[in-house]
Amino acid sequence: MPCVAGPRPAKQGVRAIADRWPLAFAASALAAAALACAAVRAADPTSVYRQMLADDNPAELAVARGQELWQMPRGPKHAALTACDLGQGPGVLAGAFAALPRYFADTGSVMDVESRLVHCMVTIQGFSRPELAAAPFSELGEPQTDLEVLVAYVAAQSRGATIRVPQGAPQERDSYARGRDLFYRRAGPYDFSCATCHGADGLRIRLQQLANLTRSEGARSAFGHWPAYRVSQGAVRTMQWRLSDCVRQQRWPQLIFGSQAAIDLSTYLGVLAGGGTMDAPSLRR
Amino acid sequence: MRRRCAGKGPPVRTFAPVALMMLALAGGATAEREESGQGGLAQVIASSFRARGQADLDRLRQTPMQLACSVARPDALPADVQQRIRRDALQTVRFPPDGRWLGEWQRGEKIAQSGTGLQYSDPPDAPRGGNCYGCHRLSGTEVAFGTIGPSLYRYRQRNTGDADAMRRTWIRIWNTHAFNACSMMPRFGDAGILTPEQIRDVMALLFDPASPVNR
Repeated sequence: MPCVAGPRPAKQGVRAIADRWPLAFAASALAAAALACAAVRAADPTSVYRQMLADDNPAELAVARGQELWQMPRGPKHAALTACDLGQGPGVLAGAFAALPRYFADTGSVMDVESRLVHCMVTIQGFSRPELAAAPFSELGEPQTDLEVLVAYVAAQSRGATIRVPQGAPQERDSYARGRDLFYRRAGPYDFSCATCHGADGLRIRLQQLANLTRSEGARSAFGHWPAYRVSQGAVRTMQWRLSDCVRQQRWPQLIFGSQAAIDLSTYLGVLAGGGTMDAPSLRR
Repeated sequence: MRRRCAGKGPPVRTFAPVALMMLALAGGATAEREESGQGGLAQVIASSFRARGQADLDRLRQTPMQLACSVARPDALPADVQQRIRRDALQTVRFPPDGRWLGEWQRGEKIAQSGTGLQYSDPPDAPRGGNCYGCHRLSGTEVAFGTIGPSLYRYRQRNTGDADAMRRTWIRIWNTHAFNACSMMPRFGDAGILTPEQIRDVMALLFDPASPVNR
């Protein structure tokens, strides 16, 4: 809630007081708001911004919609996703997000949450993989895609869970190794790698703070906060969207949705983020 | 920049990837990465990107410099490798034929402010920016500057007494690896990001006494 808009909407008990002593209430509420705003101005603007919006994260709408889609029989096969195995067993959501990407024996591949959800929508519900992969993310101003709200819902079921992206299977170790190599790979007309911007502490592009994704602390913050409601986009955005938009700014060609490179970069970040805490969907600039 | 020019040191006989890289350095402008021991990274890259807008798949092919610098600690590369990168970079530099280093700082400021160019989302024929403020402090009044590169505020004053400062700065903008192997800064001249005329304007932003960088 912005400072200029005055006090927060009153809760029940407070409202009773306001009804009985409206002037006194208004005065004290304004004073409280002024104090809060003074505190707000003193602190780091970004964290304050997040704090002001945290209670009203619009991502919660996506989470609610995702829950409906998860439970509702849908698609040509008229089936619910409740049989979908995200790595912890069919239908088990608690902590599943915090342990992805991982190796899945049924596909013989390492999958992140987005590619695994597509897999479930195709195999369980009968949706078309090419159609899902062609438009995984909503365009600006368009409603969220089914995939985006499902990712938001699944992530929310891991809120507070410790990040433990597994490295037991050789395929998982290969994915990490490739992701790490990709992270440092310089290419394109600007010679940029991921590490160009995300390779040291405390750097900025313009005023935008950059996470150091070569260290656990930065990786935990990044991995633990995606998906996120991105205010500048007015939508919930997923990790694959985030990676893809970095790659665009790197002046590289387009990162294909569900591609091995996208999964490998997620594996690299997730493994580095091990021991961190999931707190997604979060709120981002 | 953190990377320092390496000292002389003895030539180092290095491990296989570096030897391959040295062969690549002797070759053409771009070279395919040798993928032995990379766990299929080449195939993964080949299948994970699609050409879009002006960003074609050729952009994923690494130059010898890009290949050599794709490591966590490029400052730890063998001295001879760094020396080779600097020497090759210097050879790419084209100086203004009329010897005129400085254009107009007003145009230079616009170029420094603009981050447009070479993204697949950018119109291919739109004028390109240098996005200097993305990483550097320049003028004293622009507060939205990045910190990946060093501050260039009062650049002219900092370089007083250096008769060679303009030539050296031109080289840094054209291909900074000539001084600073594996620098994070794009090769604005060598990679064709900015035209020589635009580089002159950026030079004026840095050196003109009336420029907001120096006022």
